[in-house]
Amino acid sequence: MYLLLVDFNPIKPDAGLIIWTTIIFLLFWGLIGKYAFRPIAEGLKKRANDIQGALDEAKKAKEEMANLKAENDQLLQQAREERAAMLKEAKDTKNQIISEAKDRAKADANNIIADARQEIENLKKGALAEVKSEAGLIALNIAEQVIRKELKGKPEQEAFVNQLVSEISKN
Amino acid sequence: MIPSLLEGQIWMYKIDELYPLQMAHYTYLCGDFKQISVHVRFRIVLRYTLYFLLSTLVIQLQAQVDRDNEHQEKVNHDDADHDHDKQDGHTIDNDSHGNHDGDTSSCNPHHDDHAEFNPGATAFHHISDQNVYNIGWIQIPLPCILYVPGQGFDIFSSGKFNADYHGNGKYAYDGYVLYLGQVRRITDPSFPKGLVELKAHSVFTEVEVIDTKEHDKVYLCYEDKKILCDSKSTLDFGLFGGGLTSFHDLSMTKNVVTMLLIFLLLSWMFLSIARAYKKRDGMAPAGIQGFIEPIFEFIQEDVAKPFLGKSWEKFQPFLMALFFFILALNLFGQIPFLGGSNVTGNLSVTFVLALLAFIVTNLHGNKHYWGHIFNMPGIPGWVKVVVTPVEVMGLFIKPLTLMLRLFGNITAGHMVIVIFVGLIFIFGESGANPGAAWGSSIGSVLLTLFMMAIELLVAFIQAFVFAILTASYIGAAIEEHHDH
Repeated sequence: MYLLLVDFNPIKPDAGLIIWTTIIFLLFWGLIGKYAFRPIAEGLKKRANDIQGALDEAKKAKEEMANLKAENDQLLQQAREERAAMLKEAKDTKNQIISEAKDRAKADANNIIADARQEIENLKKGALAEVKSEAGLIALNIAEQVIRKELKGKPEQEAFVNQLVSEISKN
Repeated sequence: MIPSLLEGQIWMYKIDELYPLQMAHYTYLCGDFKQISVHVRFRIVLRYTLYFLLSTLVIQLQAQVDRDNEHQEKVNHDDADHDHDKQDGHTIDNDSHGNHDGDTSSCNPHHDDHAEFNPGATAFHHISDQNVYNIGWIQIPLPCILYVPGQGFDIFSSGKFNADYHGNGKYAYDGYVLYLGQVRRITDPSFPKGLVELKAHSVFTEVEVIDTKEHDKVYLCYEDKKILCDSKSTLDFGLFGGGLTSFHDLSMTKNVVTMLLIFLLLSWMFLSIARAYKKRDGMAPAGIQGFIEPIFEFIQEDVAKPFLGKSWEKFQPFLMALFFFILALNLFGQIPFLGGSNVTGNLSVTFVLALLAFIVTNLHGNKHYWGHIFNMPGIPGWVKVVVTPVEVMGLFIKPLTLMLRLFGNITAGHMVIVIFVGLIFIFGESGANPGAAWGSSIGSVLLTLFMMAIELLVAFIQAFVFAILTASYIGAAIEEHHDH
């Protein structure tokens, strides 16, 4: 029966326990608060910042990559355009050169042909003149011989022949 | 049908050999039953049943040994009494208990232990703070620091009392006795100093009615004299049956030693964690650091920051200290066979914590906070006459509820567990009915297991509630108010 009479001791404020609790809790609060809770919170904050920083950096790097790629694409596009332009220019130049060459060749050919014609004309003329003089000489010879036979001693006849010859040479 | 079943079993057995049992345990505890064969499931259930029966056996054995010891002592005591009667020719009327009133010359400690088991009183005894640390039959003596006004301090080890497992000292020392784990002072100044051997059960309690109120008085029976023994002073001024007596007990009691132990344990743990943040800078948390970090972050992110806003860092150590101190003490009290210290279930401890919360809150109260208490803006003057006293009362009621909530929850948990274990004694009729005791011990262990699971939850919830309410009170005190 003796346990029945035990008083309810935990509800009675006990000076000793109050003093000890105060000392121990204040020690815990002071020491661990300063040397553990704050450093842990700082460590956590630092890590959170580190992680945030790393994420931000990764995002930035990604953006930079995207920018770089866009730039590259742009450069590539530009290069392509330039190449196309250069090709076009080259083609144009080629065509121009070819057409110029053709024109010049044509002109040269024409000149040569013209010269040739002139030459031919000159030669023809020369040849004709020669033929004419040859023919004249031949005719003179023939006529001389004919005349020698027929007009011996007849001055009138001789004069007549001369007249004829001069007419021929005028032609 | 049958051959295929057999085949299946053989197949399962082969799987079992490939499947380590430990792994199966883990899977089982995770609730993934389908992964495990029936055979392994059976083995696991068998193993846990064995654990369960073993724990039942331990409790039952302890109860049995307790009873045997009590019985033995009772027999011895009766013999001694008998001899005593013969020598003195003094007759004792065992049937009348009222004989002692006013009778200080004769002495009759009426020790009728096993007449009736009182679970409530047993629970009170077990949750009380004590001057010895009691683990099973092991008595760890603690330093006693006793102060008698006008006489100075008495400092000695409670091992001098040579206490039994109930915390009853076999010796008196320097005018003090140990009764139910607590030091009491013998009021008779003529009582010899130093070690004095006492007869078994010579210290006992009697109920005295003063002004229709029942008071427990502890008496010592020494050399046929009945001497009143004072309990230590308490600061309740008679409100809870205590009050100032002839001495103050500033001892390092069981609760103080538990707190010191927890203080050292937590210090070691948190300092090593803090070191880990420096040493493992820039690395993922590992070990105990990884275990505590989510809890730490939880208190920081969900308690400190939402309530305290920008100035959370200033109060973070206080909130952390409160939370982890309360949590560790709550959990430590839950460990079976380790004394079951009821520290956070002691009003003195919760009083200190609530008082500190009160001081921190009101020291940081800004002018808006005090303005809201003494001169609530936006209400007519006559209402202020009502509101201001209510607000001032609220100032004190807030920490008061903090104090009582923690105390009530933890004390209730401890008491319920003691009472569930006490079911063995109730059904076993204090040893008269061993069969019923064995039977009820199974139910008792089941109920205790259930209760401990709940208490585990309560330990976390109460620590969290204390921290979050403190944060909200501080938050209200430092809040910058804007226009209404």
